[in-house]
Amino acid sequence: MSEIIKAEHLRYVYNPGMPDETAALDDVSFSIEQGDFVGVMGSTGSGKSTLIAHFNGLNRPTSGKLYVDGRDMWAEGQNLRDFRFLVGLVMQYPEYQLFEETCWKDIAYGPRNMGLDEAEITRRVREAADFVGLSDELLQKSPFELSGGQKRRVAIAGVLAMEPKILVLDEPAAGLDPEGRDTILTQIKNYHQATGITVILVSHSMEDIARYANRVLVMDHGKVAMYDTVEAVFARAPELLQLGLSVPQVTQVFLMLKGMGLDIDTDVYTMPYAVKTVLRAWNAKHPDKAVPEGKKGGGADAS
Amino acid sequence: MLRDITIGQHFPGNSIIHRCDPRLKIVATIAYIVVLFLASNPLGMVLSLVLLGLLYRAAKIPLKLILKSLKPIFPIVIFTAVLNLFFITGEGDPLVHLGFVRIYAEGVRYAVLMAVRIVALIAGTSLLTYTTSPIVLTDAIEALLKPFARLHLPVHELAMMMTIALRFIPLLIEETEKIMNAQKARGAMLDNGKFMERIKALVPVLIPLFISAFRRADELAMAMECRCYHGGEGRTRLKVLRFGRDDVKCAVVLAAGLAVILSTRWIMPGL
Repeated sequence: MSEIIKAEHLRYVYNPGMPDETAALDDVSFSIEQGDFVGVMGSTGSGKSTLIAHFNGLNRPTSGKLYVDGRDMWAEGQNLRDFRFLVGLVMQYPEYQLFEETCWKDIAYGPRNMGLDEAEITRRVREAADFVGLSDELLQKSPFELSGGQKRRVAIAGVLAMEPKILVLDEPAAGLDPEGRDTILTQIKNYHQATGITVILVSHSMEDIARYANRVLVMDHGKVAMYDTVEAVFARAPELLQLGLSVPQVTQVFLMLKGMGLDIDTDVYTMPYAVKTVLRAWNAKHPDKAVPEGKKGGGADAS
Repeated sequence: MLRDITIGQHFPGNSIIHRCDPRLKIVATIAYIVVLFLASNPLGMVLSLVLLGLLYRAAKIPLKLILKSLKPIFPIVIFTAVLNLFFITGEGDPLVHLGFVRIYAEGVRYAVLMAVRIVALIAGTSLLTYTTSPIVLTDAIEALLKPFARLHLPVHELAMMMTIALRFIPLLIEETEKIMNAQKARGAMLDNGKFMERIKALVPVLIPLFISAFRRADELAMAMECRCYHGGEGRTRLKVLRFGRDDVKCAVVLAAGLAVILSTRWIMPGL
């Protein structure tokens, strides 16, 4: 594994020299490995969106260095457009950037800007559309006729069609219903597994991060507060609460159970694992009435 | 880059200028503009700049900001000055005589005068918007236009339209930046390329921008109706404009300052 993104002492100041000067990023250093699925969290205004806008050169750091795919992005002679094709950025509410007559043409906008030939564009549009589950019929419609969730998927497909090595998503599920949310995030996870690209996901949902990411970057007031594996970060629940964040609800339940004196593990972040842990605890306590771990039983309620 | 536009922006503060009655500020700004044109002599110009400088000082607005707001009008200033320089003919011998180019002392004086006047004009009106929030400003305009309501001028509607328009400027600028960034992320070439290419590259920005502007207008209309907006009739205000003691002091100081500048008209011959 190799480092695909490396930030060294990144600093970014809004409105330098003005009365409302603010440092949105302050001495941010970290590195992301090729193939990682990194969840980025932090309370509102902690610098998440500012940080990810750096990854494909939309923001120029005030000071510090950013290496993407081993190259210094702001060194002399680097073509920014190369980086933009390397790093696909899906902004917040990306459906507001749709503009073409048909969804097909909109998804093809990115690849067309890359100067690919028609056959390749067709292949990429088709593949991207398949990945987010858009039917041929939908592709021929105007994006403005679609529902919110469908529009969102068209917008994401528009970035996937550029086949970036790094996919950055800023709250891709914001404002969607629970089903739409699961669909989109699962599709992203599948895409990550199928292609092995690096994914960076900004989210306010601890559940989503626990479920999909393998590493977590926690931002606070423009600084990196934590950067570690999902387990290690959620194990520091009290600190997270202090930063205005939280741990997944199911973890909160387990922390409370532990607080009530139950002998139970608290490194539980997802539902299936929770069921397993509860069963294990139940079986340890009542060896006579053991429930096999593989099947979902009444044991979960009894505990 | 769009963020650099500071004309019409508001910079919150708590100086005496910020707290001053907005009606007074509007009247004073208009008076200042009139005086700028009436006192067209070197002394008057210098004094108007001094007055403006003092007001900016009192408002605690950094010099950098003023220079930034003047940047976009710099080409106009230069253009006007150059035109005056070459086309004003005075009496006596020209200062420079190169072929068909003739520059007279008169022309130089006019060029400088014009440049100073435009700068003072922009900086003076900017001070009004810097220190007055758009909402308060339109309130004041409504109050000042009230007498014309008798002549069936829809004063309240005009003021409301202005408020909304002003409110939408920063929103739309922000929206434009967001959409531009999104399209840049998809490889749009907005910063470079040939003229025609750049115009074409704007289509993916303009279409979403128009759609979002309509959407916002629609949502705003809905929100206003939900709160029972039905025009200006019988509407009361949360903040009623009051002409306080400080305002009287400000008015006296400003009137005195402007009177002094105006009096230079009779002391020193104008141009």
